[in-house]
Amino acid sequence: MTTLILKTAATYLMPLLLLFSVFILLRGHYLPGGGFIGGLIASIALVVYGYANRIDRIKQFLRFHPGILIPVGASLSTLAAVLPLFFNQPVMTGLWLSGSYPIIGSIGTALLFDIGVYFVVVGATLTIIFSIAEENVKI
Amino acid sequence: MTDNLLILPVIIQLVIAVISLFFWSRTNYQRLSSIVGNVIFLAVSFILFFYVKENGIMVSQGGNWPAPFGITFVLDLFSASMLVITGLSGLAVSIFTAGSMSRRRALFVFFPIYHFLLLGISGSFIAGDLFNLYVWFELIIIASFGLITLGGGRRQLEGALKYVTLNLVASTLFLTSIAFVYGLTGSLNLADLAVKIPEVENQDLVSIAALLFFVGLGIKTAVFPMYFWLPASYHTPMSAISAIFGGLLTKVGVYALIRVFSLFFLPDSYIGTVISAIAALTLIMGAMGAFIQKDVRKVFSWLIVCHIGFMIAGLGIFSTVALAGAVLYLFHDIIIKTNIFMVSGLLYRINGAHTFKFIGGLYEHYPKLSFLIAIPLFSLIGIPPLSGFWPKILLIEGGIQGFDYFIVAAILLGSFVTLVTIGKLWVTAVWSEQKQVKYVKHFIHFKQLSKAQRIAYVFPIAFLSVVSLFFGFGAFWMLDIANRIAEELINPELYIQSILQFQ
Amino acid sequence: METVLAILTGFMYAAGIYLILRRSLVKLIVGLIILGNGSNLLIFLLGGITRGNPPVIGENESMLTGIYADPLPQALILTAIVISFGLQAFAMVLLQREYVQGGVEDFDSIKEEEEAL
Repeated sequence: MTTLILKTAATYLMPLLLLFSVFILLRGHYLPGGGFIGGLIASIALVVYGYANRIDRIKQFLRFHPGILIPVGASLSTLAAVLPLFFNQPVMTGLWLSGSYPIIGSIGTALLFDIGVYFVVVGATLTIIFSIAEENVKI
Repeated sequence: MTDNLLILPVIIQLVIAVISLFFWSRTNYQRLSSIVGNVIFLAVSFILFFYVKENGIMVSQGGNWPAPFGITFVLDLFSASMLVITGLSGLAVSIFTAGSMSRRRALFVFFPIYHFLLLGISGSFIAGDLFNLYVWFELIIIASFGLITLGGGRRQLEGALKYVTLNLVASTLFLTSIAFVYGLTGSLNLADLAVKIPEVENQDLVSIAALLFFVGLGIKTAVFPMYFWLPASYHTPMSAISAIFGGLLTKVGVYALIRVFSLFFLPDSYIGTVISAIAALTLIMGAMGAFIQKDVRKVFSWLIVCHIGFMIAGLGIFSTVALAGAVLYLFHDIIIKTNIFMVSGLLYRINGAHTFKFIGGLYEHYPKLSFLIAIPLFSLIGIPPLSGFWPKILLIEGGIQGFDYFIVAAILLGSFVTLVTIGKLWVTAVWSEQKQVKYVKHFIHFKQLSKAQRIAYVFPIAFLSVVSLFFGFGAFWMLDIANRIAEELINPELYIQSILQFQ
Repeated sequence: METVLAILTGFMYAAGIYLILRRSLVKLIVGLIILGNGSNLLIFLLGGITRGNPPVIGENESMLTGIYADPLPQALILTAIVISFGLQAFAMVLLQREYVQGGVEDFDSIKEEEEAL
């Protein structure tokens, strides 16, 4: 599936889509979006790039195995969930920093949780797709 | 200690899982973190158990949303003791796996998935919300999918195929039942449902939701018409994995059934009869299946089905005595089923096969080991002072008090066939002569293992045997707890009140 | 609207179960997906459909008044979709492995092979 049109388009689409996925991730708390959707968009970006060129190109681009994103993301999310326990609150209570920031809105544990989910989704999706693609090569 | 800390067991499992994900290919660190983590888990569960026993139910509202709106986590005596039992068998399986799993297999991410499985199991014990329960169940089944296909042999994939399909259908039915409950009451909090369900006008739809729930969880629990996937798949994975499956997976379903049917889907005469009949048929069919098998692990798989019937029978009779029996049997069964699957792993390591044709000579060559495995096997039958005996007494007492003679007959038949089957197994494996050891490819005999590995094989079996000996000889203490749990299940006012906190 | 959705839900359940009962493994997966989507639709339907009244508290008010949409079903459905996403991905990989290893795509031939094992 290496057509010239897709190849050229994918080269420009990938950074745009990655940027868009981060945008979706950050606006997720008050507007439609969030970690899961952002993560899916990011993995779509990488997969489109991979299909347009070759799956190996994603690996070259990433420089690390996407599987490592799963524990990183999971520990971020766990941290976000456990943090309120130290303040004598039930788990997953939202803790917020005072003040408001452009684009993001306010910063709190919910954002940390979403970032964790984002990493887990990217890691898991890419791992699944890599393992399917590698098996297909073997046949 | 504040009530918010009841979430700790879940967090501990999550942390161990994440740690072992970080140590992706360093299996030694994974083993260490798994064993140490499970020891901490067990200690925390014990502390929580004694705290709940002294001070009553602990409630934590996730995200600080008040009760009917947010996700509630509850720890009452029933769930606290389930956590302790999970900790005990989880620790035993951790040690057993650390010794028995060769590095090649362990590389296939056993430990992270295993701890995600324990995470789901301990989560479903503290869930105070029907949808939350569903989510924990999905976590359990997705982790169990990972474990059952681990290694990916041809035979395993076929076992997994049935397991996966049936579990996905069961989840969909469970979700459908949740949809009905939500449509009828507009709430999913267990305690809130206990208040709202009796007020629903359309009680027929409640019955339909209850039966859908029973079918959905019944498939996961392997009760009478829906059990065929279990003997078809449980003998395929490694012994350590079969141990945790046989010990805990179906029992989580039993826990959820007991919790839900004692709290809001109260069994009326029709549903009660259906549950009793299904329990009796499960007992009979499971016993018949176990009777004709000639493979150690298949016998044990069928016995799982058979013994599910005891616990469902307690739910069907639905009196304090019978529920106490069911709860006590649940505790005993988790420990024993975990243990006997580890015993089957040990027998394989000694004989090189699982079929009756090739096993034998245990007493001749390992007299101490045969004495050790006598404890779980005879506890499974329920020889009087051992642990299987007391819950059956309670169940039969409950059955006679409730005039359910059919159930009593089925319980006696199930126990009797278990006796015959285990007797046959005992004669074949222990007393008969040693047969030619079947050396298949990559097979390492028990004698060729290092000393540490041999200890890792025997220690967990001994550990769980001591636990079941305690259940047998400390029966009065256990009966006391089981009675208290049954009282709380029959009269859930305290449970409801501590969650909803109305004046 | 409710009637149409109710009929559609029933149709999806029927189609899903019909496909699960077929012998082909691919149809099994498609059936499971349709069945899962059917149950999501059922939650959506039974949660009550209210159009055009989001559960958002206005600027000068302190609580919700009047008719408003129930925000919970969408959260439930989102969770269910995420879960079934994972499960179905797993089931597909499993079937693919089964097909690669066994070369069959049919429950009857799997059964025959299993008896031969």
